Amino acid sequence: MATPHGVDSYLEQLDPLLVAGECRAEVVAAERGTAESVTLTLRPNRVWQGFRAGQFINVAVEIDGVRHQRCYSPTGVEGRGATVEITTKRHPEGLVSNFLVDQAEPGMVLGLSAGEGDFQLPDPRPESVLLIGGGSGITPLMAILRTLFAEGYERPVVLLYYAPDAERCIYREELERLAAAHPNFQLLRSYTRDPGAGELDGHFSPTHLPETDPCFAEAETFACGPPALLDAVRGTWANGLEHRLHVESFVPPTFVPVGEPGEGAILFSRTGADSDVEVANSGASLLEEAEAAGLTPAYGCRMGICHTCTCRKRAGTHKNLITGEVSSAPDEEIQLCVSAALGDLVVEL
Amino acid sequence: MTTATPAPPQAPPLDLAARPTTNPYGLTPEQFEQLGEEMNAIRQRVLADRGQRDADYIRGIIRAQRGLEVAGRGLLWAGVVPPFWLAGTAALSLSKILDNMEIGHNVMHGQYEWMNDPKLSGKQFEWDTACPADQWRHSHNYMHHTHTNIVGKDRDIGYGVLRMSEEQEWKPYYLGNPLWAALLATFFEYGVALHDLEVERIAEGEITLADKRELLKGIGTKVRGQALKDYVLFPALSGPLFAFPLAGNATANIVRNLWSFTIIFCGHFPEGTHEFDEAETENETRGQWYHRQLLGSANLSGGPLFHILAGNLSFQIEHHLFPDLPANRYGEISVEVREICERYGLPYNVGPLHRQFGSVVKKIGRLALPDSPGALVRGLGGAVGSTLGKATRLLQPPGISHLGNAVFSRWRR
Repeated sequence: MATPHGVDSYLEQLDPLLVAGECRAEVVAAERGTAESVTLTLRPNRVWQGFRAGQFINVAVEIDGVRHQRCYSPTGVEGRGATVEITTKRHPEGLVSNFLVDQAEPGMVLGLSAGEGDFQLPDPRPESVLLIGGGSGITPLMAILRTLFAEGYERPVVLLYYAPDAERCIYREELERLAAAHPNFQLLRSYTRDPGAGELDGHFSPTHLPETDPCFAEAETFACGPPALLDAVRGTWANGLEHRLHVESFVPPTFVPVGEPGEGAILFSRTGADSDVEVANSGASLLEEAEAAGLTPAYGCRMGICHTCTCRKRAGTHKNLITGEVSSAPDEEIQLCVSAALGDLVVEL
Repeated sequence: MTTATPAPPQAPPLDLAARPTTNPYGLTPEQFEQLGEEMNAIRQRVLADRGQRDADYIRGIIRAQRGLEVAGRGLLWAGVVPPFWLAGTAALSLSKILDNMEIGHNVMHGQYEWMNDPKLSGKQFEWDTACPADQWRHSHNYMHHTHTNIVGKDRDIGYGVLRMSEEQEWKPYYLGNPLWAALLATFFEYGVALHDLEVERIAEGEITLADKRELLKGIGTKVRGQALKDYVLFPALSGPLFAFPLAGNATANIVRNLWSFTIIFCGHFPEGTHEFDEAETENETRGQWYHRQLLGSANLSGGPLFHILAGNLSFQIEHHLFPDLPANRYGEISVEVREICERYGLPYNVGPLHRQFGSVVKKIGRLALPDSPGALVRGLGGAVGSTLGKATRLLQPPGISHLGNAVFSRWRR
């Protein structure tokens, strides 16, 4: 009876959280621990599927009429709890992080996905756990810590945490509280710009690993942080220990370098039985590139009018051949017939 | 070609027939180039400026539409009470008009795709009318908007059933032009739904119904869903009083049909809009394309509410220049477009609804008749020829029918 719009499109007029086909959450608290970060407590609607400790969720935010999606690691206890907590730190050029740090407030409604990613605390729980985090990479580790202690985990847990200084040590007070309350939790911090202030000094090195239990060779290890930290960790866990190591790279959104027309490669990603096709970018419109590669995407006017050839760009920079507009936004709808790649680009056909 | 009626008073003093149809106002290649750049600049500026207010606008309209629909259905449920029936029918009519005109048509043009909201994605949107959205996107967004007013390519000229241009050869069938137009207006949603079937090509034997099987299936599914909702399920909720919501729903559909027909026919058919020739528009530049959209479209003047109910197609000129800009911007842009037209000496066809629609009605009547005695003879001859041709095809063995066709097709010329 609600054809063609569906019941949700009526329900959401009453309350955006009433929809049954889409997970949405209301911000119930926005705490600004520092001027550079915000911790949001979200209350998801009944569609919420929950997450496993360590996983990330996709959060959709509308800014100036445009919906943007970013990955965040919920930091609370895993499961389908009544609320979800995420923390974001300001990135100088990050549209979403700046918006949330400056403007998120109770009552705001966001889109939410279920937990995603293989970086998660296994079931049954491991014999011992070693956590290595750098900067905001602490967030999925925080979910693991909170989940373990909420379950009354009594086996050894070690956290190596790298932050520039005590000011920028996210969750400092809570970590200290946990360490004081749980004799099985060993907290080792290194303030890389403030030597002597933490339990450790300098960037990650194998000498930071505790010699006592849990031995790093036996503990289930979870590392999350900037690429340099993860590279150093991977180097240490080479030689047959890789299966014990779980790594989640946690980098600020990369700002795609703008290439020249005709540079890089175009990846036509396809669903179902069709395999992906990659071609060298010749500088022509994406529609022409696809056709030259023997693909047959739908098209109409071939002049940017009819939107028949609209497809979703996953990543990369494109130029609108009519307006000259250049955009590096990930996940946006583009018209193949009037868009050309500047450097590497991934588009879904 | 001579026409049966005198030229309209606002027409330029020159003999239009003597001018090339693609460039009746004599723009130089440089002017075409400049015109293209000026139009591109407007487009780019609005693209860069899209934001919260456009998002709020379309969501506000959707909210109003959903509210009107729920109110309309609710009132019609108790439609046995006359004031409820009237109010319910009015609310549901408005709901369907908003859904089709300001929401459906504009969202499906991709006007709000930049918002990245799957619900406002042009490719996924479905609307409250008989025509399946995917077929509409082809026949309208692509065929009509790319080939606007090119006789033979733009099937919106007469929707395959009316004679709306002197360039369409007269046939006795067109004597019924006013009647066919009235029927099309009343059942417009089905006319639009059948648009991509190309009924006239099936009638001419160019294609067969079997070629359109997939399309028919899509239309069937959509029409069934719509009919079930409006003529079975909602009336059934009123039990023995089902006739009241049934009549209200049917009335709302027809009101929407008449309104959208009126607005849409005022977009390209009022006196003064130009038609173009297929051969002459090949390889046109962007500037020439803008020029064709300008000359082929006509606007309606009115207040803000009128423009919303018209889906802002009252700014048909701006819509055709910039089909994928958010429609709520057309009013602002129109000031600049009008100024550009003045500078280039191009007409800007605008008038109130009664005048523009009046001239459309006149055109429907005028084109029902042959343009000259010669056309009458040709048309009658063609009709007799084609009827005889069909008859001979039926009666004669295949070999002879070929001969018959050859003879009659010669006669038709």
